[in-house]
Amino acid sequence: MSSPLLILVFVFSYMPLYGWIYSFYDYKAGRDLFSTDFVGLKNFKMMFTDHYAVTNILRVMKNTLGMSFLGIVTSVFPMIFAILLSEIRNLRFRKTIQTLVTIPNFISWVLVYSIAYAMFSTNDGLLNRILINNGIRDEGINFLASGNHVWLTMLGYGIWKGLGWGAIIYIAALTNIDAEQYEAARIDGAGRLKMTWHITIPGLLPTFFVLLLLSIGNLLNNGMEQYFVFQNAMNKDSIEVLDLYVYNQGMVGYDYSFATAVGMLKSVVSVLLLFFANFLSKITRGESVM
Amino acid sequence: MKGMKDLKYKLTTGDYVFNSINYVVLTLFTLTCVIPFYYLFINTISDNTLVTKGLIVWLPQGIHFANYIQILKIDGLFNSVLVSVGRTVLGTVLTLVGTTFLGYAFSRPEFWKRKIWYRFVLITMYFNAGIIPWYINMKNLGLLNNFLAYIIPSIVAPFSLILFKTYVESIPSSLEESADMDGAGYMTKYARLIMPLSKPIVATLAVFSAVGQWNSFTDTLFLMTDPKYYSLQYMLYQYLNESNALADSLRQAAAAGSQVNLATVLTPTGVKMTISMVVVIPILCVYPFLQRYFVNGIMLGAVKG
Repeated sequence: MSSPLLILVFVFSYMPLYGWIYSFYDYKAGRDLFSTDFVGLKNFKMMFTDHYAVTNILRVMKNTLGMSFLGIVTSVFPMIFAILLSEIRNLRFRKTIQTLVTIPNFISWVLVYSIAYAMFSTNDGLLNRILINNGIRDEGINFLASGNHVWLTMLGYGIWKGLGWGAIIYIAALTNIDAEQYEAARIDGAGRLKMTWHITIPGLLPTFFVLLLLSIGNLLNNGMEQYFVFQNAMNKDSIEVLDLYVYNQGMVGYDYSFATAVGMLKSVVSVLLLFFANFLSKITRGESVM
Repeated sequence: MKGMKDLKYKLTTGDYVFNSINYVVLTLFTLTCVIPFYYLFINTISDNTLVTKGLIVWLPQGIHFANYIQILKIDGLFNSVLVSVGRTVLGTVLTLVGTTFLGYAFSRPEFWKRKIWYRFVLITMYFNAGIIPWYINMKNLGLLNNFLAYIIPSIVAPFSLILFKTYVESIPSSLEESADMDGAGYMTKYARLIMPLSKPIVATLAVFSAVGQWNSFTDTLFLMTDPKYYSLQYMLYQYLNESNALADSLRQAAAAGSQVNLATVLTPTGVKMTISMVVVIPILCVYPFLQRYFVNGIMLGAVKG
């Protein structure tokens, strides 16, 4: 009874590896793979030597690492949010906040885009309507088509969507902090700030570090869905991350072979990063993250 | 957190200042999470001529529900509702059966080479061949323009499997031993003992799977060219981007209805907003009731993961 399930895993997660063979051919869409030319490592060499490809890959890598880095820097936000939430004494208020801020996590990026459209579009956006109805501006600002600050707006949407959900794990960790520590600190005359600084934050740091280490493994994996739905002619250059680049080259541009080669390298580097994160975890915490 | 609220002590001025700022900050952020949904909703139920003029900002006016009725008449939209509902229901049921059974099997020490097989499944969370090889694989399997592409690949969900296995291992083994005495086989134990005992975690996994299926968008983008298999999310994406297609379907829908009442005739903005609501309402309805389950589920997973 288990074997059909294991076969499914093999078929959908391991069999695709066969597709890596495409990166060694000069594949043309619609033809049989083996009737096309075997080119060896040509597609891999191209990534590092072809001027056009190199420029693009550097640009895409900059976007990928830039946005991942911003994500890592702001990964303290859920922890701060959880601490702020825990300082709220009114239980009902706290629960309500927690429920409401988690909702965005459960909607798709398409819907986030739709909501961004409803909030910020030139004609129907709430923000522009308020600006125009109150005579602050004569015509709307086209926030969505702007090519400026794309990294920051993307980060903003990411935080909006993920903050409440990201905080859940810290809220769980908070309940594990021994209450006696707080009582002892009280007796020693510590205020709330001191208790937060000396008890709460050290109590949450192990969780934070595990998540931080895992994010190293995901440095190149920022997915494509978010950037795909938000991309437009104005922001295309700075929004195209590695996954989206592979999609645009392979699925839109039909350059399967080159796109496969780029994707392959990405998978390999990601796994190496994961091992590196695991190694860091072993030497700093004495246990592995995987 | 549990302990802190028991501590009663006098609040200093600093505490009052901090508390006020804290309440304000959290309330503002919460409002940014709620207002967009509210804004979409009031626009979809308001007089469409007022919406076009940009007059619906804080309160609905000229309330009507014609947008929701008309939208299902737009070509293909009702079908995409069926696709989305179908993949969500079938996908969730199959994932639950497949993932929990495998999770249960992995919790049995006598499972042959259990550790290796467990890793074999878990590795797929971290490593994948990439989107082009994945696409080629799906194509070779004949899953392009095939409804099964939505549900079969998701039968074994590794992350859910970890959560379930961890949960099953926390069930006292004496229960299973007594079932063994009664001569129960694995299938009986799974169906009659493990599953009923695991209701909270199964509910969590059901929510994860259902939300995942309902929200999934890129698989339609990659695999489906036949509009018959378009999901609601994909339709929404198309309507957000292609104003021509939208105008066409509106013309068709308008031709289908005989009386013309400007206040209730769908506009392109109306379509975008109404589909968004159709996509989000099921989640908003189900989510608050199930929240405490998956908060617990995540906490269980956090212990191990």
